[in-house]
Order: sequence, then structure tokens, then C-alpha cells
Amino acid sequence: MTNSRLEKKELVEKIRQYRIDIIEMLHRAGSGHPGGSLSAIDLIASLYHYEMQHRPNEPLWPGRDRFVLSKGHGVPAQYAVMAGMGYFPKEELKQLRQINARLQGHPSDQFLPGIEASTGSLGMGLSFAMGCALSAKLQGESQRVYCLMGDGEIQEGQVWEAALSAPKFKLDNLVAIIDYNKGQIDGPTNEVMNLEPLMDKWRAFNWHCIAIDGHNLDQIEQAFQEARLTQSKPTLILAHTVKGKGVSFMEGVIDWHGAAPNADETAKALQELKG
Amino acid sequence: MRKRALDTVFALAQQDERVVYIGSDVGQGTLQGFQESIPERFFVEAISEAYVIGMAAGMAMTGFVPYVNTIATFLTRRCLDQIAVDLCIGNHPVRLVANGGGLVYAPLGPTHEAIEDIALMRCLPNMTVLVPCDAEEMERAVRASLDWSGPIYIRIARGGESVVSLPERGFFIGKAIEVRQGEKLLIATTGVMLQTALEVQDIMARAGYNLGIVHFHTVKPLDTAWLANQLGPYSHVASLEEHSVIGGLGSALAEWLCENGDHKLKRFGIPDRFADRFGNQAKLLSYFGLDAASIAKELQAWVKPS
Repeated sequence: MTNSRLEKKELVEKIRQYRIDIIEMLHRAGSGHPGGSLSAIDLIASLYHYEMQHRPNEPLWPGRDRFVLSKGHGVPAQYAVMAGMGYFPKEELKQLRQINARLQGHPSDQFLPGIEASTGSLGMGLSFAMGCALSAKLQGESQRVYCLMGDGEIQEGQVWEAALSAPKFKLDNLVAIIDYNKGQIDGPTNEVMNLEPLMDKWRAFNWHCIAIDGHNLDQIEQAFQEARLTQSKPTLILAHTVKGKGVSFMEGVIDWHGAAPNADETAKALQELKG
Repeated sequence: MRKRALDTVFALAQQDERVVYIGSDVGQGTLQGFQESIPERFFVEAISEAYVIGMAAGMAMTGFVPYVNTIATFLTRRCLDQIAVDLCIGNHPVRLVANGGGLVYAPLGPTHEAIEDIALMRCLPNMTVLVPCDAEEMERAVRASLDWSGPIYIRIARGGESVVSLPERGFFIGKAIEVRQGEKLLIATTGVMLQTALEVQDIMARAGYNLGIVHFHTVKPLDTAWLANQLGPYSHVASLEEHSVIGGLGSALAEWLCENGDHKLKRFGIPDRFADRFGNQAKLLSYFGLDAASIAKELQAWVKPS
């Protein structure tokens, strides 16, 4: 991290603001995915504020660590953090999904410097991240690569092709994170397609596996530390999260997977978040 | 042609540290030298084409130029979304070196026959589509691909075809090669159907025709400058390709001629159906009317000699 390190309570405050930003963004856009943005925000904010080497004023700095948001629909969370860190003016968040905006409904490297991959078609990000991690190894660089996936997303077969392959290359610079919020658009993830025992599956694929509470900043930070200390294996962090975390009426409610809050709902959510 | 393509990739890799080879389930015997001398940039990946495309994209965006080699149908049909999202949106310099373009794998049936690969690749923004006609031209194509900025699909045909390309004509991506100027009737072809077009020309010459032949080794971007400037002597254009009549060179020409020309167009290609015969490539091509004698007969019924 090239910025000065925030105290944890300062990060908590930042994340509270990011949740507000997400709600306001989605309300203004009139569409988007609040559930999976709110479940992932603690993970994404921790990555940018504590874990990754990057330069907000130089997004294409060659030495940067790479973050691939494979669950592209969660991008409002990433935009909120990027704006908060100075990648672009916070005012630009108001342009989410507008016709001439750089802030597309799914992340694309074509529009906004600092986005590494175009994602949104689920299941592809881990393969791409693996390629980045392999490149760093070949080039003798110390870069680390982080890939955040949704739990519904890992129903895609391509995820398991990459899961099978990364250990072959001993990519200990690769960290895959699953935002295990237990919901997808068609219902509870494990009812649509049971993923369990999920840790066992990744262990069997020869990943170093860590399960955490994905809203606990200490546990998130410790997991990233443990990944750094792990040699010869990629790390999988299974982050147990709550869909819609932080807004009481959205928490665990599948209908908030892909619906923007209306004016009343927005006011109610902001009231809760602003406390 | 495949061996020449891969040998050229190896030669490029020896000169340029950006070049990476990724093969999937095609047998890497021809590249033993590559594997032994540059093992760190030689990857034999699993039977997992979708993941290989993503891996290649990740490597391309971090400075490498990956050449991915596997069977054409598995690249184009199975990985269409990965190619669109991972390669084309980001315009990453990945080269898809596709074995068995057309009916090469006739004995294996429709699962392995790439009859719509050009169509699938041609409709993707940022994709370039190269279909060389022989081993010599394949080498020139692969060399030309090294510094091209976006993704490229390179279609490999059967092996052992006669060499008809001429080194002095060079190879410039996006530039058609006029093989023979004629009048009234022009055959526009791509890939190894150029050899068939030359056979057709022999037959037609004996019947009093002065057939023109143009070779589009690059189907996309189509050389519209050539079309705009060189179609003057012709009233009839016949496209000829080892590909479905939907979406390939014939379609590309139809699109251009509809808006820019008043030429009659006839498309020779594989009809819009999966192969219902096996045998071998030559027999299947004849079955679909794509042998020189059948083509010449049909052309003679279509156009009178000039």
C-alpha cells in the first residue's frame, strides 16, 4: 500500500461511507446489484486500503498488484473504493451506467484505468488472474494477484478448470476469494446447486484454504497475511458474508440481488447507514 | 502447414521473449525443440480450452504474446464467450492457431469439422481472421502476426497442400493478393481453396474463359480497397471457401457488394448443414460440390465465356 495506512476504526468509517455510496449510486442509476456489492465491500476495501500495492494517481503503474473482480456485477463496490482512494473524482460515481460514463454496469479495462479485466460473464476471472500470476512468476516480479468471485459464479465449469490448473504452477502469488453470500438470483445458492463441502473441494484441488467472516476486518487482514506466508500453493479465502450486509431490509433477501432501491428505500437505507 | 506454423512460432520465440506457446490436447511432438530450449515459455495445458483463453488473456495483458494452439472447433465454438470477453473487448494480442480449419477432420465427423469458425470469429469486434493458402504463406502470416495489436485467429488447413503462394507478393495483414487478372468472371477465395481455384482456372481456360483469381488470406479486415479499385473488369464474382456459405468470405463479399457493387455473386461453400458423410476431406469436398470439376461446370452454366 502506497498510501499511509489507515487505523482500523478509520477504515470502518470509510467502509460505512462506501456502503452509502453504493446505495446512492444504484438509486441514481435505477438499476444494479446492491446485494452482492454490499456483501463484498469489506473484502474489496481491505484489499485496496491494506493489502495491495497500487497507486491511485498512477493506475497503470507496472508494479501494481492486480485485482480481478470476477463477479463483475459487484462493481459498484469497487468504484466506491476507487473513488474513495482518489482514482477518480467521487462526483463521477453519480454517472454509474450513464451513456457517456466511464463507470459501466460491469467493469471494463477499456473505460476506466485501474480496472484490469472486462468481466460480467461469470466464471472467467480466475483464469485471467491465473495468467497474470503466471506472468509475474515468469518475469520474476513480486506482484500478487487477487480474484474475487461470487458463490453462484463458481457453478461455472471454467472456474474449476482454473482451480485445477493454478496449483500446477505453484502460484503462491495468486489469491482467490469467494464472496460466500449464499444467494443468487434464483434463490439460496446451496438450494439452486449445493456447493458444499466447499472448503473440501478446494483443498482437494490443492489450494491452501482459509475460511473467514468476510465482514470481520481483522479476519480478512489475517487471511491475506496467511496467504502471503503460504508457499508453493495458491490460496483460497472462503469469506462467509451476508448478501445486502449493512442495510437491514436487504440482508439475506434474494430480491435485492439485482434491484435498485427506490426513493423511500434509499432514504431508509441511508438513515440506517448514517446512523 | 501446422508444422510450419508452429516452427515459425518457435523461431519467433527464440528472437522475442514476449512469445509464449500454449497447446491443449493436440500432441506437442512437433515442438520438442521448443519445449527443450525454452521450457519456461512452453505450456502444455489441460483439455480445458475456456480456461486457456483466460490464461492467455491474462498473460497478454501483462506483456506476453501468447500463441494458443488447439482444434479449431473447440476454440471457436466452445470458447466463443471467452474469446469475445477476454480477448476482443480488451483487444489483447493473443493468437489463436486453429488446427483443422474446414473439413480436415472429415473422418471424425461434425464435432471436429470447423465449417463456421470464420463466421464466428469474423463477427467479433477487434478480431482479425487469417486463412493462409499454403505452408510458405503460413510462415509469412505467423511472422506478420507478431506485432499486430489485437487478437488474431489463424486457420490451419490440411497438410501437404501444394505451394502456390509467391514470396515476392509478401504478406500484409488486410491486403488481398490478386493471383491472376481476368475479365468478366472473378473467383475470390481464401485458404487452401486457392489451389482449387487454380485448377478451376485451368479447366475454364480450355473452355475459353479468362478467369480472374483473388486470394483473401485476410478475411477480416476485408480488403475493401482492393474491391473498390480492382473489380472493374468483372461482372460476376464467385466466392470459394472451405466453410459454410453463411458467415464466411462469401458473406463478407455479399455484404460489401450489396452496398457498393452491381456484380452478380455466387457463393461456393459448404451448405448450411452438418456433414452427413465421413470418408475423407477430399471426398467430402466433392460431395459438397467443392471439387474443381463441379465448380467449373457450375460456373460455365452461370456465365458465358467472354
